[in-house]
Amino acid sequence: MDLIIRGGRIIDPGHFDGEADLYIKDGKVAALKPGGEEGGDEKTVRVLDARGKIVTPGLIDLHVHLREPGEEYKETIASGCQAAVAGGFAAVCAMPNTHPPNDCAQVTEFILEKASDAGAARVYPVGAISPGLAGNGLAPLHELHAAGAVAFSDDGRPVASSLLMRRALEYAQGTGGPIISHCEDPALSAGGAMNEGQTATQLGLAGIPNAAEAVMVQRDIALAALTGGKLHIAHVSTREAVEAIRIAKAQGLAVTAEATPHHFTLTDEAVRGYDPNTKMSPPLRTAEDRDAVRQGLADGTIDAIASDHAPHSSIEKVAAFDQAANGIIGLETSLALALGLVHAGVISLPRLVELMAVHPAAIIGVACGLQTGMPADITIIDPDSEHTVAAERFRSKSRNTPFDGQDLKGRAVATIVGGRVVFELSA
Amino acid sequence: MGGMRHKHILDMASLSTADIRTILDTAERMKEISRRPIKKVPTLRGRTVVHFFYEPSTRTKSSFDIAAKRLSADSLSFSKATSAVVKGETLLDTVQNIEAMQPDVIVIRHASAGAPHFLTRHCQACVINAGDGMHAHPTQALLDMMTVREKKGRLQGLNILIVGDITHSRVARSNIVGFQKMGARVTVCGPPTMMPIGIEKMGARVAPSLDDAIGGADVIMMLRIQKERQKSFLMPDEREYATVYGLNLDRLQAASPDVVIMHPGPMNRGVEIDPEVADGPFSVILEQVTNGVAVRMALLYLVLGGK
Repeated sequence: MDLIIRGGRIIDPGHFDGEADLYIKDGKVAALKPGGEEGGDEKTVRVLDARGKIVTPGLIDLHVHLREPGEEYKETIASGCQAAVAGGFAAVCAMPNTHPPNDCAQVTEFILEKASDAGAARVYPVGAISPGLAGNGLAPLHELHAAGAVAFSDDGRPVASSLLMRRALEYAQGTGGPIISHCEDPALSAGGAMNEGQTATQLGLAGIPNAAEAVMVQRDIALAALTGGKLHIAHVSTREAVEAIRIAKAQGLAVTAEATPHHFTLTDEAVRGYDPNTKMSPPLRTAEDRDAVRQGLADGTIDAIASDHAPHSSIEKVAAFDQAANGIIGLETSLALALGLVHAGVISLPRLVELMAVHPAAIIGVACGLQTGMPADITIIDPDSEHTVAAERFRSKSRNTPFDGQDLKGRAVATIVGGRVVFELSA
Repeated sequence: MGGMRHKHILDMASLSTADIRTILDTAERMKEISRRPIKKVPTLRGRTVVHFFYEPSTRTKSSFDIAAKRLSADSLSFSKATSAVVKGETLLDTVQNIEAMQPDVIVIRHASAGAPHFLTRHCQACVINAGDGMHAHPTQALLDMMTVREKKGRLQGLNILIVGDITHSRVARSNIVGFQKMGARVTVCGPPTMMPIGIEKMGARVAPSLDDAIGGADVIMMLRIQKERQKSFLMPDEREYATVYGLNLDRLQAASPDVVIMHPGPMNRGVEIDPEVADGPFSVILEQVTNGVAVRMALLYLVLGGK
């Protein structure tokens, strides 16, 4: 054996839930043996003690901005992959809005090569929907897919043309990859710096209404119905979007959705004080919206938790609020915030594993599980580990988080990718 | 008369009613200085006041400049056009450069809401907000309150009507907060496209019709309407705006006989206010400007520890 993970509660939703030892050989799951049997041999290289811990299929973050190529001062593929494994993620999806954007095979291959060199988390590139993310044509989706792209998105630049979105949903069916939609009507959100509502009114900041998201979610659902295409809705932030997705699922449409930890944790009240680390797109909404997102995560309307990890340096973030860039980092706080939902009784641990591993894998069509023969991508979680978020110790190159200094409960203690221990929490 | 414990004047929400009374009482004393033949006292000699105006302003900047000079402070101006801002310098760099010259007070006007708060996090000087985005314009609210108190002898129980583009108005926001703190009631009126969501949560009553609201008002404050608003579909044109929301003699018939008409300036004559009203017997528009100097003298004096 190369590795034995001993004595943890193994949660492999739909397959196994209970205390067991997990055996790993040649990068794959070799066996799962309940109840502390002595199964090691003298050739066992390592034993990890997981007593009192949770052992799950490797977590996958569907929505990460790695910034390379082009903005390596914010993040590199290497630093982003290190941040990922430190946060318990065995794999991340890399959004295409780099410089140049990931709109052709060369960029996809570059990303995969850098990720392989980094030797930490797996990277699944997301290809662009349109060349240059410009929204006026279709990128070569087959070429991107053949090079390794698992999904397509113009994330950060909503697809304004309904016709282009229709064609993307049709054309992408040939690849099997979903279209990931950043749902925002650019005319309704233009100039806005935060959620439109009484907080924005008091702070004198221009608002972005819930309707900016809702009208696009409704449009894209209508186009998914028209085309039969696979639609994945990114970072759901409003109660209207949650409700629209609930109805679409009831109708049997191929629609999935994700929500971020900040949208299910914070509200627009956090913007008081004008801290640019509370500015992101979509913006933090009201308590009513946050509760609707939580409900969606609990009842299956929202399929996945994704961080929308968006690194920025002080150049973009130490600025007046409306001048600051959108986005916060999330890889190293996402799991703890999701465990917050477990501690609050909103979701169960098995549900968390579905939201952060099983469903993300299914959405992008990759293997996920702890059955014999599967790739040994594993996260070991201590759900009760109390810690204070210290951004200056993050592996990410950036520090733009509103959670710095907060006390959180639960985190990853080890991350294993392809049978290799790529992260271990130092005691 | 007591002093004030605030180092910064950021918005009306952070001032107590006692603070506001102290400021208005101090401003009344300061006003006398401007009536002297030699309009200067040595109170702030050796102090440095920087006027950091990131957004164009003639009246507020001149008012602060005169206020500083009448108190013998050394003052200088940094504007967007004359600073390195146009060369791409960040706000933080500009602020740190100003700070390195060790000013005692920085007066800031900026197009971004919260920019004065940003300054307080990055420098030691006292910060006075001279208008930040759509957020706040506390010195304007204070001079408005001073003017109303002079005319009416009180603020308690008065009905204040603010008319125009409430969404984009920092003057409206600061007056809504300030007048209510002093016991007045505030009503706002304007096109629904210019009425921000949740304004009633700030305590303001929303009047659907200007004609219906005029009768009960002790003070009518008209806001400047900007032509650019047509581009974002907020209004059809100035002619229609004047017809529905402009203050003219005809409409003023319904007002109380001792109504006070105000405008923070600069005015669009013939659009939100007709010349006959602006120049008429109820108008206190130029007294607002005179009181602006007094209020700003009072604030410079108080933030630097005066009593």
